[in-house]
Formats: sequence, C-alpha cells, structure tokens
Amino acid sequence: MGLKILTEHINVPGIEKLEVYRKHGGYRSVEKALKTMTPEEVVEEVKTAGLRGRGGAGFPAGMKWSFLAKPEGVPRYLVCNADESEPGTFKDRYFMEKTPHSLIEGMITSSYALGANTSFIYIRGELMFILRILEKAIAEAYAAGLLGKNILGSGYDLDLHVAPGGGAYICGEETALLESLEGKRGNPRNKPPFPAVKGLFASPTVVNNVETISSVPWIVNNTGAEYANVGIGRSTGTKLISASGNINNPGVYEIELGVPVEEFIYSDEYCGGIWKGKELKAVVPGGSSVPILPKDLILKTAAGEQRLMSYESLSDGGFVSGSMLGSGAFIVFDEDQCIVRNTWNYSRFYHHESCGQCSPCREGTGWMEKVLHRIEYGHGHPQDIDLLVSVAKQIEGNTICPLGDAAAWPVAAAIRHFREEFEWHIKHPKEATAPGAVYRGQLATVTA
Amino acid sequence: MAETINEVKFSDAAMAEIQRYISHYPEGRQKSAILPILHIAQAEFGGWVSPEAMDRVAEILNIQPIEVYEVATFYTMFNLKPVGKHVLEVCRTGPCCLRGADQVIDMLKQKLNIEEGGTTADGMFTLKPVECLASCGTGPMLQVREKYYENLDTEERVDQFLEMMRNSEVETPFHQRPEAKELN
Repeated sequence: MGLKILTEHINVPGIEKLEVYRKHGGYRSVEKALKTMTPEEVVEEVKTAGLRGRGGAGFPAGMKWSFLAKPEGVPRYLVCNADESEPGTFKDRYFMEKTPHSLIEGMITSSYALGANTSFIYIRGELMFILRILEKAIAEAYAAGLLGKNILGSGYDLDLHVAPGGGAYICGEETALLESLEGKRGNPRNKPPFPAVKGLFASPTVVNNVETISSVPWIVNNTGAEYANVGIGRSTGTKLISASGNINNPGVYEIELGVPVEEFIYSDEYCGGIWKGKELKAVVPGGSSVPILPKDLILKTAAGEQRLMSYESLSDGGFVSGSMLGSGAFIVFDEDQCIVRNTWNYSRFYHHESCGQCSPCREGTGWMEKVLHRIEYGHGHPQDIDLLVSVAKQIEGNTICPLGDAAAWPVAAAIRHFREEFEWHIKHPKEATAPGAVYRGQLATVTA
Repeated sequence: MAETINEVKFSDAAMAEIQRYISHYPEGRQKSAILPILHIAQAEFGGWVSPEAMDRVAEILNIQPIEVYEVATFYTMFNLKPVGKHVLEVCRTGPCCLRGADQVIDMLKQKLNIEEGGTTADGMFTLKPVECLASCGTGPMLQVREKYYENLDTEERVDQFLEMMRNSEVETPFHQRPEAKELN
C-alpha cells in the first residue's frame, strides 16, 4: 500500500461531516496557513511540491498561481473545475461524494494563497447530487467559522459558492468554464488574455481541478519538499486513477506516481487483471482524448523499458509510440473489443460536444464521425483511412481550444496502431459486421 | 404572451432558491445564475423548459429572453420539449460501452417500444442517451433526475430498474410535482 495523500480517511464512516473530518485532522492546513504563513509562503510550498494540474494538462500548479495578476483594488478569483466530463474520468465525482470537506479545505487554503475573497466550485450539472453534498458541507464550514468573515480570527474573509453547469463537455476547458459561470454559452475564449490576467468577470482568476486543490492541504501540513519526495522525477505526489473497462476491479485508486503499468493492471491491489480471464488488447491511459496504446506499447516503451504510471513514462515515445497520463482515466480493452467501433463512439462524443465556434472542429468532428460510422457499419471506402488521417491532421492545432486536438488524437492513434483492423472492416464488411465479430490479428476470425 | 407568462409561477421554495443563487454573484452579474435557475425551472415544470418558462427566467434576471434561449439551447441537460415522467439518461460513451451500454440501450428501446429520444405512449418514460456521466467504474449506468442507477449489466437488473421506476413518484428538491396528466 502506497502513501494516501488524498484518500487516507475516505472510508471513515461519517467523514462527509465536519465533526468527523476534523477529528481526523481536517482543516489543520487552514489553521496553519492563515495563522502562521503568508500567502506567498503557501504559493512557494506548492511550487516546491512540484504539484502538477490534475485535470489533464499537467501544468505546474504553483507556476500557474504565480502568474496571477494582482492589480490594486481588483478582486481575484479561485475557480475549482469540477466539470469532470472526460470519458473515463470519475475520480473527482467519487472524491467529492465521499469527502467534500477535503475539497473545501483545499479551496480555503488555496484562496488564501491567491488572495481571493470569493471562490467558486463549478460542477457539471449532471452532478446535482454532489452539489447538494458540497453545499451541506459548506454550510457546516460557515457555521464553524471556517468560511465567511474573519476566518478563525485571522482577518481573512472568504465566501465559497457552488455553481452547476448544464451538460457540456467543453465547459471543462477553463475559459469555456468561465463563460458558463458568467451565465453564457460555453464558447472558449481566445487567449491572450489568459484567465490569470482577465478571467471571471474580467478579473484575475485561477482555475484548478478538484484533485489539484485538494492536494494543497497536505502540502501545507507536511511541506512542499515532503510532497516532492513522493512519486518519481517530475511526477511528484500521488494521483487518483479512474480505472474502467474490462477489468476485474474498476474504481478509483490513489497511487504514488511511478507504479508500473503492468502492476497497476494485474495486481489485486488495483485493477485485478482482465475480466473473465481474457487477454489485454489495448489501454487508453489518460481519458478518451489521449492516444490508445496496444498491449505491447502500454506495458513497455518502444525502447523496451517498463512503462510507469507517470507523466513522463506514459508520454515516452511521443505520439509515435506513447500516450499521456492526462486526467488519469485508465480505460482497459479486452481482446473482444472492436477498435473501430470504439473510435467511432469517441468521435461521436467529440462531434456532439464541439461548441461549434471553430470550423475545423465543428465540421471535422462531424466528418470523422460519419466516416467512422460507415466503416463500422460495413460501408467503408478504401480511401477512408487516409481521409480520416487527413481530417484529423487539419483539425489538430487549428482551433481556439484543445477540444479539436482531443477529437483528432484518438482517431489518429487508433489508425496508427490498429490500421489493419480498419482495413479488415473495409475489405470484409460482411464478416466485420457479423454479431460479435472482432479482428484478431493477421488471421481474421469471427466469433459469436 | 403575457397570459402564458403568468401561468409560469415558481413555488415559494423555488423562488427562495433562485434568490440564493443570484446572491452568489457580484452586483450587476445576476445573469450568472441562469444555469441554476434553468435547472430549478426544469425541476418545477415537468422536466422541461418551455418558452414561457424561459421568458419568466429572463424576467427574473432582468435580461432579454434571447439570452436565456441561447443558453438553454446550448446545454444538453435542458429538455426543450415535453418529456415523460421519468427521463432515462443512459450513458452511451466508450467506457460504459465496454461493459454493455449498447445492449442496455437496445433493451430499453425494445422493452419500452420507443426510439432514442422518444416517449412511451403512457407518458411514463423518455429514453435519452447521453454522453459520459463520470460513472465509468460502475457502468452500464443511467441517470434519472438527481440519481444514478449503476451496474445495469444484466437484463434482470434492467427489468428491476424499470419496475421500480414504474412504481416511483417524481421527487423534486422543491416540491412534490403532481402527476404529469397533460402528458398521459
């Protein structure tokens, strides 16, 4: 069992209540930060910790904080991104549902570090039941003097509110999120200006993921240097992994970064191996937008080194033979899964979720869905594979926000690693569309 | 038009909730509360937001109706047409499909005799496939209002779920909604 920075007390009965949470050391970081540290000292600790954004991009959180503009007389905001919508990702929902005070404690300590006096948690609208759990916990925190005016007699004031979205993946992109929080359609903004200069209500704003913010209390309590000792290399600390797909034990696991992928898949401590005694076919290791890797490349890098659960190891080989840790959504495919069908499914997702603002994404995601649909349903053309590669290439890098890239990468990667499977669908539509048919390497077989 | 607007009346509890959300935002930024208010409207008025309800939301926020329409049409959670008593929002995205979501959607279509987006003749169910609901470890799954129903991995579980829903009343956080007679 590795160190649990976030989930040590997650299964304590009643941990969602303030009293129980405090009994287990909760809100110590608020006391420590507000009474004994300056905001700058808190920022320094987070920088030293090497904590990287847990929403997917992996940008160093302390550096993001230090970019925050601080003009006189202008309010600053901290906004928590709880819009968890990347397919495969469910760690934040699980975490907030079980231990809402962990996030609230992180919000208070982080808001203090940034000098924000009003902060928001933007949560996806489907999670209204989590919003109610958070609001209940926030009310408890106000009653205990942990929120509101003059918190714990420190002279620091903070109001914390939860705001629901309305069902739009794009609002996980930070500027779309801010638009949505202002009551508008979730169209991402052109950058610059970045939110650190002009964010919510045109004021300097930091947007951080739930897990990032919830890691701050441990860093404040134990120092950034101690946090940096956990993990491996520049992948410091622990990470919540959402494990799903064809495994024996789907669920959320807190791992110390650096655990070998093979151990994560097969150990009973984590995924417990592939379900029904089947073989592993492929893994999408960081949420639906990151490249899929076949069995041989997810277990070992192209150079033959053991692949680890870390930012660096999972991206080893770039997009030629690597992928990304992303949001830590680890989606496992057994031997009976069809890569073409899965790719079509994700392209439908991105088409559905494109905000429609940029033509390459609005049109391109629709094209990719249409072409993949016809391949999957036995009407593919021989030139379709190259067409998909070309469309993906023309979306990538040509849009205001990364949704275009997120839509293009999975298609490009699926073709890169499973081209034969696409070709088989096009050349043998009858076999490929038979119920339960799956391509199994050079010898195409059909199983019922 | 004015007459129909008058018919859209939020309960006192819902109005209090609306005012609470508006109070979270700085002076002059009351429009920010539009999404929570649309959720409240949908829960209050039979699971969908009518043009009249949107106009009422605009009136409350003191903004143009178009500002509400453009938001309500962007976010997929808002139903812009009448729906059944229970809207089954079934996840249709990759991770759930690896564990049988396609089969669950097919089963529901067959058992309820409706297409995707359709409502049963008795007004009991609307089938609305949706994208990932952040419950990938417990798929296949679906959502009905604020509740998740997970691990629907066998036909028996799906049957149990439907039976339970047939016998369950609609609860909203604000008030007990009367039977949706107009939809039957």
